[in-house]
Amino acid sequence: MSAVADQPLSRNAAEGDADGRVLVRVRNLKKHFPITSGIVIQRQVGAVKAVDDISFDIFEGETLGLVGESGCGKSTTGRTVLQLYEPTAGSVQLRVDDELQELTEMKGEDLRRMRRRMQMIFQDPYASLNPRMSVGRIVSEPLRIHKTMERNEQEGYVEHLLERVGLNPYFVNRYPHEFSGGQRQRIGIARALALEPGFIVADEPISALDVSIQAQVVNLLEDLQEELNLTYLFIAHDLSMVRHICDRVAVMYLGKIVELAPADELYENPLHPYTQALLSAVPVPDPMREKRAQRIILTGDVPSPSNPPEGCNFNTRCPVRFGLCYDAPDPGLIEATPGHYVACHRVG
Amino acid sequence: MAVLMEVNNLVTRFYTQEGTVYAVNDISYQLQEGETLGVVGESGSGKSVHSLSIMGLIPSPPGKVENGEVIFRGRDLLQLPPDQMRLVRGAEIAMIFQDPMTSLNPVLTIGSQITEALKLHMGMNNNQANERAAELLSLVGIPDAASRLNNYPHQFSGGMRQRVMIAMGLSCNPKLLIADEPTTALDVTIQAQIIDLVKRLREEFDMAIIWISHDLGVVAGIADRIIVMYAGTIVESGMVEEVFADTRHPYTLGLLQSLPRMDRRSQRLISIEGSPPDMRNPIDGCPFVDRCPVRIDRCATETPVLEGVPEGHQDHMMACWVDVRELDIVAASEGASET
Repeated sequence: MSAVADQPLSRNAAEGDADGRVLVRVRNLKKHFPITSGIVIQRQVGAVKAVDDISFDIFEGETLGLVGESGCGKSTTGRTVLQLYEPTAGSVQLRVDDELQELTEMKGEDLRRMRRRMQMIFQDPYASLNPRMSVGRIVSEPLRIHKTMERNEQEGYVEHLLERVGLNPYFVNRYPHEFSGGQRQRIGIARALALEPGFIVADEPISALDVSIQAQVVNLLEDLQEELNLTYLFIAHDLSMVRHICDRVAVMYLGKIVELAPADELYENPLHPYTQALLSAVPVPDPMREKRAQRIILTGDVPSPSNPPEGCNFNTRCPVRFGLCYDAPDPGLIEATPGHYVACHRVG
Repeated sequence: MAVLMEVNNLVTRFYTQEGTVYAVNDISYQLQEGETLGVVGESGSGKSVHSLSIMGLIPSPPGKVENGEVIFRGRDLLQLPPDQMRLVRGAEIAMIFQDPMTSLNPVLTIGSQITEALKLHMGMNNNQANERAAELLSLVGIPDAASRLNNYPHQFSGGMRQRVMIAMGLSCNPKLLIADEPTTALDVTIQAQIIDLVKRLREEFDMAIIWISHDLGVVAGIADRIIVMYAGTIVESGMVEEVFADTRHPYTLGLLQSLPRMDRRSQRLISIEGSPPDMRNPIDGCPFVDRCPVRIDRCATETPVLEGVPEGHQDHMMACWVDVRELDIVAASEGASET
């Protein structure tokens, strides 16, 4: 069990003051995918614990980064928060006006109404746009589904959105294949903005783009955040970009959050041995620095999330493991210094 | 150090239904023995096509190496008959690819795939080859190597598969290893393992490496010298320290400025506007002209040639009409992004 189960994850959270109002509150969230066996009579023989008991808050107007290696559950977390996957257990609350509303208990029309407030930007701009729909139809589809706007107003609004994301409104009748990767990602962003959401989950929005295009899209996301007071959950594996764009960062490993801290604090003073190894593994575009770099090379691979190790789930690769890491139950997140949470028996 | 390979005026094109793709446009460079050369560029910059051209692996049709020579240890590889080229490939020049899953055969054991080259190029019998294969696997850090020879690729993780690819590449003691984005599909902690491994092995095997990557950070850590490619041309080349610290081409400079740094807090990123050119149009003038924040009239009509930079290291070359040191390029690119 996580030690923070019922406490707010930040000192500000409970007070709800202006710069620290919780927009999304996630508590003990779990998402397990069943593994079944048998052809006619299927029975569950195990579970992939993609997200295993995580808790965090996202404050209004901030960007929370979610980083980790492939298979650590970061995308599943994003999708479960948006209720695109039904959680196995736990709570996800979204602030509506002055009240946190529980999303996991909502169904049907109630949930659909909440979806206007939370949208998603996908990783692959080639797969996330319907090739048979024109740009205008793609961007206005949310408007048609949620019926928030009269048809005759839609055209002008879509052109305004396209302009807002840096595309020529003249492109409205073109099809996705006529655009480059960066432009397609802008179309995806315009679609996510159509319903004027307050909260956007950006799932690796720049990983599929070329280096020279990434900065363009990141700058756009930052401009939009400032203008529209957006809150982002930014899922990524590029740790340099995460430091640039995020206010706070959560590091995931095997379905759990191992460390959560303000971005500068996390990069300058990582406490969890996994975060330390992860940060030291990132190459920096500076040959002099690279020559001096002391890398912490982790041995082995990430264990399977269907069969995570007993005790602390990092104990198969941890360079500083000791007896407690095998014997004691999983270390929960504790607040090591104000606002800096870490789950490690070595700390605290 | 002696020159191991010399690429002169290499031109590769693809003749497709949508028109001619000008993939590699007249590139020349030298590779020294034992040197690690980093080739950096974005997708479509011609960095992979150039390496496939060297190996004689361009699918034809539609591709064709139109011009140039690749002098490797005294022979022009482009003129070698196919049966002789086959003796070079795998034995003297080995290649590892980005995706270790698709470059290993899923229905053959790891052992049979490694021993294939040993038997073919080194004339080993089954026992010798198996023994050597086990040695190679433990060399690349795979525990319990002898028994894993009987495993299939799906029983290995991504990082392990890339280790197997490296073992296969090294099996015949090549003089040159071409690694095409070998760590792009891997996570950073696994990438660090592989880079660490390659650095160790290059000393042991005394081989030259061409390391192709889009990641300037990875190249900064592993290369002695780098080549920056854009639209099928070399825009800048030189010792890695020179190119990073004394950057002369506006494209290289733009790339470096657009990257956030993990070791410090960055302000707003300075992006390169626009997108790479359509490679179906022949280059007229400088390929970077449409996106360049410091372009002058001359850039649109005259293609700059790759030559030594003024007042720089003797190895440092670039292809640009403008001396960026005279300009405040940061201010210039900000100005460009506002328009």
